[in-house]
Amino acid sequence: MSIMEYNGGSVVAMVGKDCVAIASDLRLGNQALGISSNFQKIFPITDRIYLGLPGLATDVTTLRERFRFRVNMYTIKEEREIEPETFAHLVSSTLYEHRFGPYFVEPVMAGLSKTPSGGVKPFIAATDLIGCLNFAKDFVVAGTASSKLYGVAEGLWEPDLEAEDLFETISQTLLNAVDRDAYSGWGCIVHVITKDKVVTRTLKGRMD
Amino acid sequence: MTQRPQQHSFNPYTENGGTILAIAGADFSVIAGDTRQSEGYSIQTRYAPKVFRLTDKAVLAVNGFAADGNMFVKKVRQRLEWYRHAHSKDMPIRAIARLIQTMLYARRFFPYYVYNILGGIEEDGTGAVYSFDPVGSYEREACRAAGAAQSLMQPFLDNQIYFKNQTPAPGTSFPQHLPLNTVLSLVIDSFTGATERHIEVGDSLEMYVVLARESPSIQALQNIVGIQERTSTADGERIFVIRRDLKKD
Amino acid sequence: MSSSSIYSPPGFDFSNQLRNNFMLQKGLPLPKATSTGTTIVGCLFKDGIVLGADTRATEGPIVADKNCEKIHYITESIRCCGAGTAADTEFTTALISSNMEMHALQTGRKPRVVTAMTMLKQMLFRYQGQVGAALVLGGVDATGAHLFTIHPHGSTDKLPYVTMGSGSLAAMAVFESGWKPNMEREDALNLVKLAIAAGIFNDLGSGSNIDACIITANNTEMLRNVEMPNVRVQKERDYKFRRGTTAWKKEDVRKLIVEEQTLLIGGDEMDTS
Repeated sequence: MSIMEYNGGSVVAMVGKDCVAIASDLRLGNQALGISSNFQKIFPITDRIYLGLPGLATDVTTLRERFRFRVNMYTIKEEREIEPETFAHLVSSTLYEHRFGPYFVEPVMAGLSKTPSGGVKPFIAATDLIGCLNFAKDFVVAGTASSKLYGVAEGLWEPDLEAEDLFETISQTLLNAVDRDAYSGWGCIVHVITKDKVVTRTLKGRMD
Repeated sequence: MTQRPQQHSFNPYTENGGTILAIAGADFSVIAGDTRQSEGYSIQTRYAPKVFRLTDKAVLAVNGFAADGNMFVKKVRQRLEWYRHAHSKDMPIRAIARLIQTMLYARRFFPYYVYNILGGIEEDGTGAVYSFDPVGSYEREACRAAGAAQSLMQPFLDNQIYFKNQTPAPGTSFPQHLPLNTVLSLVIDSFTGATERHIEVGDSLEMYVVLARESPSIQALQNIVGIQERTSTADGERIFVIRRDLKKD
Repeated sequence: MSSSSIYSPPGFDFSNQLRNNFMLQKGLPLPKATSTGTTIVGCLFKDGIVLGADTRATEGPIVADKNCEKIHYITESIRCCGAGTAADTEFTTALISSNMEMHALQTGRKPRVVTAMTMLKQMLFRYQGQVGAALVLGGVDATGAHLFTIHPHGSTDKLPYVTMGSGSLAAMAVFESGWKPNMEREDALNLVKLAIAAGIFNDLGSGSNIDACIITANNTEMLRNVEMPNVRVQKERDYKFRRGTTAWKKEDVRKLIVEEQTLLIGGDEMDTS
């Protein structure tokens, strides 16, 4: 059994029309024993960037704090908010520093970056545990249910979904994938980020 | 510099990749599989069938170790031939399912490394899908995927066939059975999705469609490109084969 | 143990080693990192170098990225294709690229391919193969066009045509039958495309699209997705859901600041009265 499966958990992020969505399950387990059904794995980094951290729970907590520190330092030094692409590279470098003693997490990022014309461009990215970046145009997945998430997302996703439709698609992707994974589930949470608001919904799903 | 004892052994099994899928409808059954056979990172052949016609009512799909799969199909066909001579009729599908269980369990201590899915029409005219593990545990289901991309396809099918995690519009409910053309589209989309994300799936897709006697679903097959009929008896059940290309990378 | 200073020094941080080794002892192996499976090639032609790569990144048998970039920038006239552990190829080439620019400024000369090669091989040897980067380095400098291959343990070969990655045998078969000295640009590019295509279609670790890069004395042309032989067919059905299909328990809406307007009240100057 791998360290990535010790606590369980999965995250998925998808791109829509001028919006992005990121969703995760809420389970924290000790191998087969479920401990918490309220373990948050998605954290807001700025108003418009959200970071999902599936993997070993202690590293999830540690990295959340380390990124909070690094982003605060960036904001203080640069006197502006960090952009999603920059944040993705920050995550990548932080993980690669620990190349030979890695953090056991596979971060997923979702955000909206500003365009020169004042509009927003949706952005998603994921890295492996040592920081190899993947900038997908459609969706990214990570966690114990990743192969299930790949399968459902590949079938359900289509380009240019409106925020409400993107919510349905990402929710159905996550719910059905985690129902087939023993180490993920016990509740799901979805964040849909648009230009002017972030809608967070806790889903009703199987609790077994 | 003393050497430690070394144990050498021959591994009798290998994995040949690929994926199979079967879906049962009200009066039909669809059994599909990709045709890629691989070993490690190499492709052994782009066309090695994994789905085989047993009778006009039953189709067997085998996946896992190809050598065991092909031999197992031969042996099942032999037993069905004996039954036909002894009883002057084809074996009903639920009996074939039980037969497969006993054949697999007979090799409990050196198993056939195959995941079998048997699909076809029951004696009462309904679509049936039976899925097996390598030592014979089996169950009748409406829908099952097996093989390399099983974890990719099964949750997608759970959502689209069983409507899991979906709430119906107020005042309506989801259909118990889906029509044939919807099922065929779902099969094709499952395989194109799996081909995108799994390296061992691709090349081409072979779908067998088994229809019950006088099934109205025959209409859905009228306009399909390249469909071939494989029915050989006049009992009423009909079998068709549809091939589609998949990505070859 | 973690350092007491909040500012971490540059380079690798081994502070998790103790914990990870303990886990290994307890039977929890290190998880698999993204590997690029891959087919990468390089070939010398009349005017310079053509590099080629596929675009698939795998995590075990699953395709993690269908269109990743494997031809990395070293300098204006030097590029490097990377196979092996994706994070390693990415960061190693970025580090050497940075050092090459500094070196060029220090020496006041245009950077040379052998310099990049030496920097890469010395670093990879220092890590004894633990940095899993297998590279095809090519470029044109003041001494001419050069093509090298660099293995994870630090050995290098200088050759007129090279292939690396899991699809290297399929690609080398094409090169061995098709390569001639002093090829024209079109012929060289076609040969590279055929070699990568051989990898894409015959090796399961390689797939999707073909990237190429043509480097000559006065011009470097990056041909991203020069061929896309594996576009996804249109799906049979539409999978959009009815709004309201998913049942949710709790909703929280957080309004974001979209625009800020600062209104100065009472003049610009500070009130010193």
